[in-house]
Amino acid sequence: MKYAAKRIAMLLVTMVIVSLLAFVAFDLISGDPATAMLGTEATAEKVAALREELGLNRPLLVRYGEWLAGFFTGDLGTSYNYSQPVWELIAPKVLVTLCLSVLSFLLITAVSIPMGLWSVRLDGRSGPLWRVLDGFRTAFNQLCMAVPPFFTGILLTYLFSTVLRWFVHGQFPSLTEDFGGAVRYLFFAAVTLAIPRIAMTVRMLRSTILGEMQRDYVRTAISRGNDRGGVLRGHVLKNSLVPVVTFLAQTMAEIVAGSIVVEQVFAIPGLGRMLVASISNRDYPVVQAIVVILAFWVVLAGTVADIINQRIDPRLRLGGGA
Amino acid sequence: MKQRKMNGYLQAGLLLTGLLAALILLGFFWTPYDPSAMSGGEKFLGPSLHHLMGTDKFGRDIFSRVLQGAGTTFTIALCTVAIGAVCGTAIGALTGYFGGLADEVLMRLNDALTAFPSILLALVVISILGPGKKTNVILALGLVFIPSFARVTRTAFAALRDVNYVKSARLMGASSGRILLVHILPNTMQVLLPAITIGFNNAVLAEASMSFLGIGVTPPDASLGYMLSEAQSMFVSAPWYAIGTGLTIVLLVFSVGLIGEGLQRRDKGVA
Amino acid sequence: MLEIRDLHVKFHTRDREAVAGVSLTIGDGEIVGLVGESGSGKSVTAMSVAGLLPRKQCDYSGQILLDGAELLHADRAVLRKIQGKDIGVVFQEPMSCMDPLMKIGRQVEEVLRIHTKLSREERKTLALEALRAVELPDPEGVYEKYPHELSGGMLQRAMIAAAIVARPRLLLLDEPTTALDVTIQAQILDLLKKLNREHGMSMLFISHNLNVVRKLCARVAVMQRGVLVEEGLTENVWSNPRHSYTQRLIAAIPTRNRKEGETHG
Repeated sequence: MKYAAKRIAMLLVTMVIVSLLAFVAFDLISGDPATAMLGTEATAEKVAALREELGLNRPLLVRYGEWLAGFFTGDLGTSYNYSQPVWELIAPKVLVTLCLSVLSFLLITAVSIPMGLWSVRLDGRSGPLWRVLDGFRTAFNQLCMAVPPFFTGILLTYLFSTVLRWFVHGQFPSLTEDFGGAVRYLFFAAVTLAIPRIAMTVRMLRSTILGEMQRDYVRTAISRGNDRGGVLRGHVLKNSLVPVVTFLAQTMAEIVAGSIVVEQVFAIPGLGRMLVASISNRDYPVVQAIVVILAFWVVLAGTVADIINQRIDPRLRLGGGA
Repeated sequence: MKQRKMNGYLQAGLLLTGLLAALILLGFFWTPYDPSAMSGGEKFLGPSLHHLMGTDKFGRDIFSRVLQGAGTTFTIALCTVAIGAVCGTAIGALTGYFGGLADEVLMRLNDALTAFPSILLALVVISILGPGKKTNVILALGLVFIPSFARVTRTAFAALRDVNYVKSARLMGASSGRILLVHILPNTMQVLLPAITIGFNNAVLAEASMSFLGIGVTPPDASLGYMLSEAQSMFVSAPWYAIGTGLTIVLLVFSVGLIGEGLQRRDKGVA
Repeated sequence: MLEIRDLHVKFHTRDREAVAGVSLTIGDGEIVGLVGESGSGKSVTAMSVAGLLPRKQCDYSGQILLDGAELLHADRAVLRKIQGKDIGVVFQEPMSCMDPLMKIGRQVEEVLRIHTKLSREERKTLALEALRAVELPDPEGVYEKYPHELSGGMLQRAMIAAAIVARPRLLLLDEPTTALDVTIQAQILDLLKKLNREHGMSMLFISHNLNVVRKLCARVAVMQRGVLVEEGLTENVWSNPRHSYTQRLIAAIPTRNRKEGETHG
């Protein structure tokens, strides 16, 4: 429990640093929001008045503190572009991206773990035939890792939307009203995101497990009468778990990154697409908020992974640390 | 003594990458058609001997455009990896070898940074620098790639810090610079080279993603990512545009990936 | 009880045989020492007896008979029935040879879990008995600990406990004390002597240290480059080494230790 508390504290510290950096960075470059909002109608007095009204003349840290508090109160400022409160704008999109991320993650774990285990089972056979098959398997693996998600996205959109009409591109059903339809729409985007990551996970699983099989305790286990399955199930799998859990947390980070592009391809109204639009439009309040939310999601995944790992491996409970 | 053995993946990867690089290099000086030349009468032609990848909505030869775009992507990825590797290795070498407070601080910072997917960081940096310019893209990506190289190098240098031949070099009075460059660096190549291939591929995908989103390289500069976003809207009438462009990216990443795979297998002693 | 007949083992990656015609017998309740430098083939011989030879990576011939049953060429399934139950193995580095994520108690019970149908409580009882037999203080406490929480000496005792819990006919020990402190070494040797006395367990003790072997083993065999160069009762070999290699081994021990038979420092 102590370790978990420590990790959560670290999470908070990291988030403070991240949000501070995000706030300062965009504050510096955003120029004068008042001018940006008033546009061409800006006379000097109007700008000055708006600046006072928005509290833009107060010290940086005060503004930062207020903004940070806004994550809890729901007040993150107003979008330059839409003149809407930022939170109102992005709240529904948070849910969409969340669903997409979770769906992708489930797909990745559900497919890559059995595949990884199966590929381990196949290992150890010798002979030229297996060498060739192994070559094909490796090449195929590399191929899957080489295909960019936006490319598969375009192909899948063509196949499943334009040709098969299993979903209608551009008409994303509301999550609250048509959950099933929305999930079906998201499914194809999730598959797009999942393919390269499945390839990487299978590869990683295979190399981790095979690496563990070389360890000394495996020999001891065999000397006690275990067969290969017993060694795997009883010892190796558990010992392979820690790096795999960490890898899955990184997978979550990759999914977040990938969703930025995939939402664009599939016309999904999520955080990623909003982020891109806001950057193009220099709508900094929105960008700030989304960056922090996405960063939080990633750091949270890492923290959860660390906490899980220290439950698995008692050696990690000693000393603190990342 | 390490034996520099060739294996199948390395051979295939080097061959394929070499061919692609040669083609791209050629593309800098000559393309079958002017990539931006529009031709009203030749719209939406399928692949043929005249137009290897067909033409697009404006009658432009897709193959020439792909060649040009590949050149941009390749250059950007190369520069990105160069910046990331050189700066990252320098930082990692110094912190790994000398350790101390700077090492601790930088490691924590590195941990925090690598929690973020590189594209997110790159997007943030780009939005600060200003989207659309090639040099900004290179700078942003290069910056974003430094932490991962620094981490890999730091681990390698820290591990070799107290190894016998380094200790004896120190005892003989060799300067730190000499030790770092002559003694340790060559022995970290085993870890660095695969990292460079992986970094290159990540850079290609990141650049293509950013251009696809319209935040990376934009017209008039050519980019495979931007072309793919164009291609999406034309997919029904000219699928070869998307397919040709996409497959080019896949081929590039695949061949470099094979090199990385070959390197890793060679070092592990597996054929 | 154990008979090794003309064992030959040659690994595909090497030019010369690791074991080039070794024959050795171990009687009931005997402790036999196998001595040699690294590369002499002693570990390979032991691994062959334990059924741990990587069969795909070497060529092997000869016979290994455990109470008449041939082991060297036996089916994997047959071998598995014997491993742990009839032959127990103790390895050199206890820290790396134990599963770091499994409690000591469970590891000690592992052989019972695989080979018997005993209930959980019965297994625990036997495991605690074994931990007591290896003279570990607080067996119940150790039962719940993880390997990294124990010192090297205690961990090696736990390894021995795990190897003897099913009362194997033969205990194979591959340099079990090499990684330990000198004082702990002596304690482990005394423990092994006690186990041999009280349970009549036969032992094959591998070491590069002739002095250690002298303390424990009734008979000793000396190997050099895959060949058995000397064999006989320990005291005889010690006082009358016939082979020049054995003579050199003995001569290499510092004089005081040689005379007083203390453990080599």
